[in-house]
Amino acid sequence: MAISEQHEPHRRDFLYIATGAFAAVGGVAAVWPLIHQMNPDASVQALASIEIDLSAIELGQTVTVKWQGRPVFIRHRTPAEIKTAQDTPLGDLKDQVSRNDGLGGAEDASDANRVVRPEWLIVVGVCTHLGCIPVKDQGDFNGWFCPCHGSHYDLSGRIRQGPAPENLLVPKYEFIGDDAVQIG
Amino acid sequence: MSELHGEPYQPQSGFMKWMESRLPIMGLLYPTAVTFPTPRNLNYWWTFGGILMFCLTVQIMTGIVLAMHYVPHVDMAFESVEHIMRDVNFGWLLRYVHANGGSMFFIAVYIHMFRGLYYGSYKAPREILWILGVVLFILMMATAFMGYVLPWGQMSFWGATVITSLFSAIPYVGDMITQLLWGGFAVDNPTLNRFFSLHYLLPFMIVGVVVLHIWALHVTGNNNPTGLNVKSKQDTLPFHPFYTAKDGFALVVFILFFAMFVFFAPNILGDPINYEKANSLVTPEHIVPEWYFLPFYAILRAIPDKLGGVIVMFGAIMVLFILPWLDTSKVRSASFRPLYRQFFWVLVIVCIGLGYLGAKPPEGAYVVWSRILTAYYFFHFLVILPVLGLVERPRTLPQSITQSVLGKDDGGQAESKG
Ligand code: HEM
Ligand code: FES
Repeated sequence: MAISEQHEPHRRDFLYIATGAFAAVGGVAAVWPLIHQMNPDASVQALASIEIDLSAIELGQTVTVKWQGRPVFIRHRTPAEIKTAQDTPLGDLKDQVSRNDGLGGAEDASDANRVVRPEWLIVVGVCTHLGCIPVKDQGDFNGWFCPCHGSHYDLSGRIRQGPAPENLLVPKYEFIGDDAVQIG
Repeated sequence: MSELHGEPYQPQSGFMKWMESRLPIMGLLYPTAVTFPTPRNLNYWWTFGGILMFCLTVQIMTGIVLAMHYVPHVDMAFESVEHIMRDVNFGWLLRYVHANGGSMFFIAVYIHMFRGLYYGSYKAPREILWILGVVLFILMMATAFMGYVLPWGQMSFWGATVITSLFSAIPYVGDMITQLLWGGFAVDNPTLNRFFSLHYLLPFMIVGVVVLHIWALHVTGNNNPTGLNVKSKQDTLPFHPFYTAKDGFALVVFILFFAMFVFFAPNILGDPINYEKANSLVTPEHIVPEWYFLPFYAILRAIPDKLGGVIVMFGAIMVLFILPWLDTSKVRSASFRPLYRQFFWVLVIVCIGLGYLGAKPPEGAYVVWSRILTAYYFFHFLVILPVLGLVERPRTLPQSITQSVLGKDDGGQAESKG
């Protein structure tokens, strides 16, 4: 069947295009389950929250708990540490964003935006560079030091020096009474 | 290019005649693997292709039997590898051959690649052959990386964490991609499980690309130490028995070298900390990948920016894809390019230097040197190669492959005398 250079769209043209488009949609729909199966499954998602008793954590002590397969640092900060963290000028920070899942996301990285109660700093202990676990009470800012490629974090978990691009993530959490916290 | 077709297969027995008229498999294999006309002057650097095929076969064979005893679960993986080492009959041998086999594979592939760089084997008409080789190199790296995660030691875990986190540098979708790779919020059981599945799959994809690589090779024919095209039949020898014998001899020497590691120093190429079970709450003080990744690791750490480091590291491999078009010289072999030859050896030293720096902590002078050598690596490919082709005066090329071997072109006499 000869098709002239310019012709009115045909019923047949429409059918060709519709068939092709339908096949493309079907192809994508068939691939999606094959890819999506790799995403975190229901049992992984189910580990979404944990509860921690804070009464045993002494002033100046850091404990590490496991949440969703990742470490979470809980630091009982001393008044002096809180003051240093609060007095740090925002201009000195490498990452100006709060990185707090409990807030909207656009806040600045002042200490107030990274804690719920100033004496408790709670951050995900995964270096925002390539995922190593920073070591506590080390580095040039007395917070954490990541030995993998040399990132220094302060006592608000903020990146101060090194290749890591972001502050340590503050997970969503809420206090339950005076002495317990629920993360997630 | 008629000289590139070997003598065709002539079925002798009645059965093979019957077979060939139904499935002409010998008709395909015979001119490819037996009578294939091969330049008469190939040196020992050309034996590494065969050695690579051997390595791939060894990895697949030992891997399949290891998989009969290995358990891809975070609670059992480390223990099952110890079980292979202690309880399974010859398990220690199979595992040491497989683990050192990975290293041998990379030794062979690096020699094979630098051979290509020295003799200009990436130039027209062998661009596709070269590009398929780079694809094989990338598949090998992915396979070895995932294999190293399987024993679930400390370095398995933290190597996996650092390398998969590279993808989190991608703007906007980075975190989605890492979660997709992990199947969770960190490297964990789902990650181990899928890495096992992929570690089983990828070697067979390598087999597929090897077939394409050899197919492309048999269209253009081998390059050779002079870099000259094959001009007549007397420039070549049938692959069998000449090169089956030469490759075979080189393979035996290579196997001795391989065996030396397996039997006398099976753990020397590995990191002792991988005999400590993975602990997701403690990062080892020093994270270093296996030796064959060290140059790329040094490049990654040379750049003080996360995304920048990732881009430059992948760029170091990507630049190999466009190499055929970066080198502007028409002369293939470095033997006839006095300047390129020197730059080639500088590049070799720079790559070894990067490997050395990749194993060192990222501080002080090590970082400075990593930066200098990284810059030079790219300078070599992106500036030196294009410019050199324009300014260098190559030495006079011999008339033909035969002339380079015999000092004269004897018009086919040598063959009939032989
Ligand atoms: C391209 C070929 C291959 C390469 C480069 C390769 C590389 C590796 C490496 C480096 C390891 C870690 C060894 C260790 O430190 O213990 C490993 C482990 C393993 N590989 Fe492979 N491999 C290849 C093919 C295969 C195949 C085809 C299988 C088949 C299933 C396989 C199955 C395994 C198993 C079960 C382990 C865990 C046991 C162990 O750690 O020794 N591999 N592989
Ligand atoms: S992972 Fe922490 S500095 Fe690289």
